[in-house]
Amino acid sequence: MNEARRNDKYVPPWTDPKAEPYVRIEKVTKKFGDFVAVDDVSLNIYKNELFCLLGGSGCGKSTLLRMLAGFEQPTSGSIYLDGVDMAGIPPYNRPVNMMFQSYALFPHMSVEDNVAFGLKQERLAKNEVSKRVNDMLGLVQLAQFAKRKPHQLSGGQRQRVALARALVKQPKLLLLDEPLGALDKKLREQTQFELVNLQDRTGVTFVVVTHDQEEAMTLASRIGVMNQGRIVQVGTPTEIYEFPTTRFVADFIGSVNMFEGRIVDEDNDFVRIGAEDARCTIFINHGVAAAPNSTLWVAIRPEKVNISREPPPDASENCTTGIVQDIAYMGDVSIFNVKLDGGKVVKVTQPNLFRHAEETITWEDRVYLHWHPASGVVLLQ
Amino acid sequence: MTRIAYVPLGHRLAHMFEPLARQLVRLPPVRWLLTQVSRLGFSGKSLVISVPYVWLLLFFLVPFVIVLKISFAEQVVAQPPYTALLGWVDEKFLTLKLNIANYLFIVRDSLYWKAYLNSMKVAAISTLLCLLVGYPMAYGIARTSPAWRNVLLMLVILPFWTSFLLRVYAWIGILKNNGIINNILMSLGIIDSPIVMMQTPFAVYVGIVYSYLPFMVMPLYATLEKMDLTLLEAAYDLGCRPFKAFLRITLPLSIPGIVAGCMLVFIPAVGEFVIPELLGGPNTLMIGKVLWDEFFSNRAWPVASAVAIAILLLLVIPIMIFQHYQARDAEAGR
Repeated sequence: MNEARRNDKYVPPWTDPKAEPYVRIEKVTKKFGDFVAVDDVSLNIYKNELFCLLGGSGCGKSTLLRMLAGFEQPTSGSIYLDGVDMAGIPPYNRPVNMMFQSYALFPHMSVEDNVAFGLKQERLAKNEVSKRVNDMLGLVQLAQFAKRKPHQLSGGQRQRVALARALVKQPKLLLLDEPLGALDKKLREQTQFELVNLQDRTGVTFVVVTHDQEEAMTLASRIGVMNQGRIVQVGTPTEIYEFPTTRFVADFIGSVNMFEGRIVDEDNDFVRIGAEDARCTIFINHGVAAAPNSTLWVAIRPEKVNISREPPPDASENCTTGIVQDIAYMGDVSIFNVKLDGGKVVKVTQPNLFRHAEETITWEDRVYLHWHPASGVVLLQ
Repeated sequence: MTRIAYVPLGHRLAHMFEPLARQLVRLPPVRWLLTQVSRLGFSGKSLVISVPYVWLLLFFLVPFVIVLKISFAEQVVAQPPYTALLGWVDEKFLTLKLNIANYLFIVRDSLYWKAYLNSMKVAAISTLLCLLVGYPMAYGIARTSPAWRNVLLMLVILPFWTSFLLRVYAWIGILKNNGIINNILMSLGIIDSPIVMMQTPFAVYVGIVYSYLPFMVMPLYATLEKMDLTLLEAAYDLGCRPFKAFLRITLPLSIPGIVAGCMLVFIPAVGEFVIPELLGGPNTLMIGKVLWDEFFSNRAWPVASAVAIAILLLLVIPIMIFQHYQARDAEAGR
């Protein structure tokens, strides 16, 4: 897969209209009594993808995952896996395996027996089972822990057992529910890359549910952002971050400064937006399909804003001024909260390029904020 | 008298009943009591631990020593009907006379062996029946909605609100020849003459299973209730059908509950006296009954004491061996 991605001729399947989706979710709705957990979701996932469902708690992402696993049946709509309608097929007959958030390792079985459990259900020959179990334990670097019981392992090791147990059956689809949620930060960062490598090597299609946007960004080939039971945007991590289509997505992924405004001047290749709370005119170097005079929003990421004590050469557009209210020194970057003259607080991050800067910006300084015409994202809703 | 066998490993058994104890501590009156105790300046922990130890010392160890003492005495026609172990010779030397004739007697007389084996058989079969009836009950209660759970648990405990003896007498009314079952079957024309159920082993089993069922259900419920249900989902997900998942996951994980429940039923059932006396026939040979006869009919206190000590040892030794291995496994596991 990595090879394919590096290849110039590689066309991602989701941009290829002829590509056949591997998982087809069609107008799926799931209700629990009156509560609509998943609301009319349609989604295509392609073979070998590492697809992330991202959303806050209660957004329906886990319910969608459980419907793929077969633990819940859709109230309406259908799910196709590799062309087969999954309706009414119980979890034990689906070519789908799941890694549970709690790992759900069988406490009374050794690591080896946990991993072998799924294969034994297929009535495979004994030596075949032990060969595949050993291979899989080798792959997740747990060979020397084969005889241990789950409670004798660390959190990271347990996570790998859970992964091995789900992968060893070579499912068509591997579902991962918050796979890194129980690990500490350092281990999580390391495991993220291991997970991607493992997906590359096994070629299994992964669907990951997570509430952690950073996790989704590093893992996913594509992300589906969910809110209140609906999928609000599907795209690659870059698309989701740089080209959010709604205020919700812009706000949910990373941090963002949001300015409300109206179009004052427009053409095919530019638009000028008067933003009262930004106290300036925002110039965007592309056209926008919006009715004149309608309210719209401009989202600008904190790292795309420049901060300086001197006014920039052209301060007529994309430039505003304010007082530094708070500074957070993070080591690699510093975060500035700048209070504009109108009262709105704008967040700016700047990389700390030098170990010791002479003219550091400090509290109560008057600063100028300016940004490139391509930095702002216009959002209509 | 019939339940001596309960107590010997109090502290060792305690961890078997841990699930049950945990449920118990959650009850509001228990919590209130613990709060009050800690307010008085006692550390709750040491107090809670010391209470059962003091209890065991007073009500188990002291009577046990007395019974042990009597078992080494000789029967005499006197008040009390046995000789003293310690005596003074020439009012100078303290002598200790141990008489092992009682033990030799119960080993040589086949009546005791047969009674003992039969008690074990009856207790074992009753325990198995309790498990077969109690497991589905506990499973059902553990898997229903929390609101129903409390109602069903209440129903399991409800019989304790009436006297044990009354409940056993009620079974006589149900089982006897002109009792409820026979009357119904005869009025429906299914049978012509009453089925003899009273004074049969069947009646004894019914009585024991009925009386001890809650002791089986409660520990089973406690282990089944705290089981993580995602383990079952994981099993289904890995291709395991529900019934097989029960055998491979639920059943092994409920072993602590099964062991606790079986001990709670088996141990008192071995020494059971009232149920075989009331429901069983006159020739129902159970060790509890033999003990009773020795004590009250023959006034052979030393022999009866020897029988009691023998039951106790025969029950305690296998349990201790079992406990030893279980503790070792638990240590190896952790």
